[in-house]
Amino acid sequence: MNSLEVRQLAYAYPDGTQALFGVDLSIARGERVALLGPNGAGKTTLVMHLNGILTAGHGSVTVAGTPVRKDTLSEVRQRVGLVFQDPDDQLFMPTVRDDVAFGPANAGLRGEDLDRVVKDALERVGMLDAVDRPPHHLSFGQRRRVAVATVLAMEPEILVLDEPSSNLDPAARRELAEILRSLDVTVLMVTHDLPYALELCERALILSDGVIAADGPTRTLLSDAELLARHRLELPYGFAVPVL
Amino acid sequence: MVHRLPPQCKLLAVLAFALVVVATPRERFWAFAAYAALLGGVALAARVPVAHMVRRMVIEVPFVLFALLIPVIGLGERITVLGLSLSVPGLWAAWNILAKATLGVAASVLLAATTEPREVLIGAQRLRLPGLLVQIAMFMLRYLDVIMDEMRRMRVARESRGFEARNFRQIPVVARSAGALFIRSYERGERVHLAMLSRGYSGRMPMIRDISASVGQWGTALALPAAALAVLGLSL
Amino acid sequence: MHVPDGFFNAATSISAGVVAAAGVAVCLRGARRELDDRTAPMAGLVAAFVFAVQMLNFPVAAGTSGHLLGGALAAILVGPYTGVLCMAVVLLVQGVFFADGGLTALGVNITLMGLVTVLAGWGVFRLVTGLVRGQVVVAAFLAALVSVPVSALAFTLLFWIGGTAPIDVGTVAAAMGGVHLLIGIGEGLITAATVGAVLAVRPDLVYGAAGLAKPLVLRGADGSGTPVGEPEPAPAAPGALRPFLLGGVGVTLVLAGLVSFFASSSPDGLEAVAEDKGFIDRAADHLFGSWALADYGEVGGIPVGVAGVIGVGLVLVLTGAVAYAARSRNQIKV
Repeated sequence: MNSLEVRQLAYAYPDGTQALFGVDLSIARGERVALLGPNGAGKTTLVMHLNGILTAGHGSVTVAGTPVRKDTLSEVRQRVGLVFQDPDDQLFMPTVRDDVAFGPANAGLRGEDLDRVVKDALERVGMLDAVDRPPHHLSFGQRRRVAVATVLAMEPEILVLDEPSSNLDPAARRELAEILRSLDVTVLMVTHDLPYALELCERALILSDGVIAADGPTRTLLSDAELLARHRLELPYGFAVPVL
Repeated sequence: MVHRLPPQCKLLAVLAFALVVVATPRERFWAFAAYAALLGGVALAARVPVAHMVRRMVIEVPFVLFALLIPVIGLGERITVLGLSLSVPGLWAAWNILAKATLGVAASVLLAATTEPREVLIGAQRLRLPGLLVQIAMFMLRYLDVIMDEMRRMRVARESRGFEARNFRQIPVVARSAGALFIRSYERGERVHLAMLSRGYSGRMPMIRDISASVGQWGTALALPAAALAVLGLSL
Repeated sequence: MHVPDGFFNAATSISAGVVAAAGVAVCLRGARRELDDRTAPMAGLVAAFVFAVQMLNFPVAAGTSGHLLGGALAAILVGPYTGVLCMAVVLLVQGVFFADGGLTALGVNITLMGLVTVLAGWGVFRLVTGLVRGQVVVAAFLAALVSVPVSALAFTLLFWIGGTAPIDVGTVAAAMGGVHLLIGIGEGLITAATVGAVLAVRPDLVYGAAGLAKPLVLRGADGSGTPVGEPEPAPAAPGALRPFLLGGVGVTLVLAGLVSFFASSSPDGLEAVAEDKGFIDRAADHLFGSWALADYGEVGGIPVGVAGVIGVGLVLVLTGAVAYAARSRNQIKV
């Protein structure tokens, strides 16, 4: 069974602006996929559909066989772990412990079970030492790792990361990559950091003007300069896709 | 020891202490001295540095100025001090306000210095403050730094372009920053709400931790207002 | 403006605490209706915003500066219920964590700076937008302008009832009202400009302008079904009681605010304070510099009746709040 199935998804905002024009994609369990696209392509809008924050105007989203509908929201939100671009949006509780515990506690976990889940999640991102610190005392890179832990604590079917490498210094960027590679979970990574996509994801999708414009191995897509240019994507200066 | 007392005990103790102070007749000078000595004892036991206390108590200054004004504009019998005609009841009133306000501020500063903000909130919730209010305060404290940072960045941006708020003609510039700050705060609130929804929030905050207080701890904490009450009783 | 401990006697502090608790309870209910489960994060962030904005100093007149109270601003931007909640939480946090405002005076502070500024500001705002549609910025200016001296006058009234100093209420009302009218002008200008700035970029975020927006037009570019969006932040339709209540409070408070300045020529109150006038001048000289002198001479003759008008306003608020709370409870039972 696929972790994620999106069929003919179309959506217009209440102000009339249409952002998605029939998106089709499917991600198999265990895959790491990059969703590439320029600003304004509809990436964030698509992500908001994956856990039902926005409801499809047309078409469907299915997570591990469960369709995203009003009556399945709590189940779906348990299975789709969304990591926001700004960790400050995600870490809203007074301490790291409270924050990581928020999701599992909403799912009904208490006491020792809750403590164990919190500890496991923080261990997986190497932030167990920070368990009793307030989030705003952590560095940006640390906050992003804790944000990943808050989502891991919910044992999601699929991890969705919005611009995971933004604002990270090179060391923090590498550390996060190592953590993401070590996780045994389906990953959808929304980014326009093309080298990061190449480093972490074997497969990539290009979302442009509200539709999937390309789908294939990341290496192949990034080698096609003309395709990238058509969708306002660019490799950094001096970067070339390494030949195997 | 003071640091480790459950927050609800400390909150209630400080509030009760302040109430006793406010209810003390202003003529009982020595009672106020005793209250000050009690607070001094707590500060000593909690190892709160004097410099910290003094620095935080500066907050009182505007109302000290107001209190100093009262003898000048007060009614009733007047005496002349240093060529200034002062009202006698006004002088009493000024003393009353200064003494009580200073004790109140000192008690609050002690509370804040010995208790983590989030603990105070847990304590407030234990004391039956409405949960929604506690949550609002929790979010406010969490994002205060973030928003103040944004404001600081905007000020740096303004000032690095040669702006200085000197007279009312610059109000529109300041207000545009305030407007931008509001939009950022509001949008962040919406994103935080989405982040909460994404992790299964359904309108109720899970009560993750709770701090319960033993009888002994209550006894320790309430010793302060009890002592103050005894002083008040003796003074009457 | 944050009242410390010892300013009011214990009875007044506790009574004000009851008023504040009742007001906040009503607003908790109201805000939940407006914001649903978004209440905690939204009100929390707006409270942080109000706290930050209170640190913005603006120049009032030569050499002096004031800072925003923010009650009217909060009411116009996020609605009166949420506005009161934000102000109450700001004051709570300032009192408990920053020792700014006494713990026993928390009720007084929430009543004066939360309930009164928000209700006066929102009342004036609704009144003006009702009279001249679309003048949101002008209404914001007037609302904030009136809210500050009204709050100051309410402080005076409370001080008269339960203050710990023997002061002639007319004198203090004149001094407080006069100074705070000037501060109110600053508050009004910055509130209006802030509301204007938000209106220009995100008009949908200004609660007070929600009824004035043009209806949205939906278009499907590829013929797909009607899109279902995020819930609109638009306010719930106001109940029948609310406009009446707020309107009444508004009118009363506007009268209280304005009369105190236009009534200055009436001679009746003058006699009472004639003796003290010299002292007022001296007092003003001490704190606020020479610019205030002329004003005080003229405003000195505030009729004590003004305080009565404010009293009426406060009673109206309280009764309204209690009636409203009772009404909601009945609805829930049914």
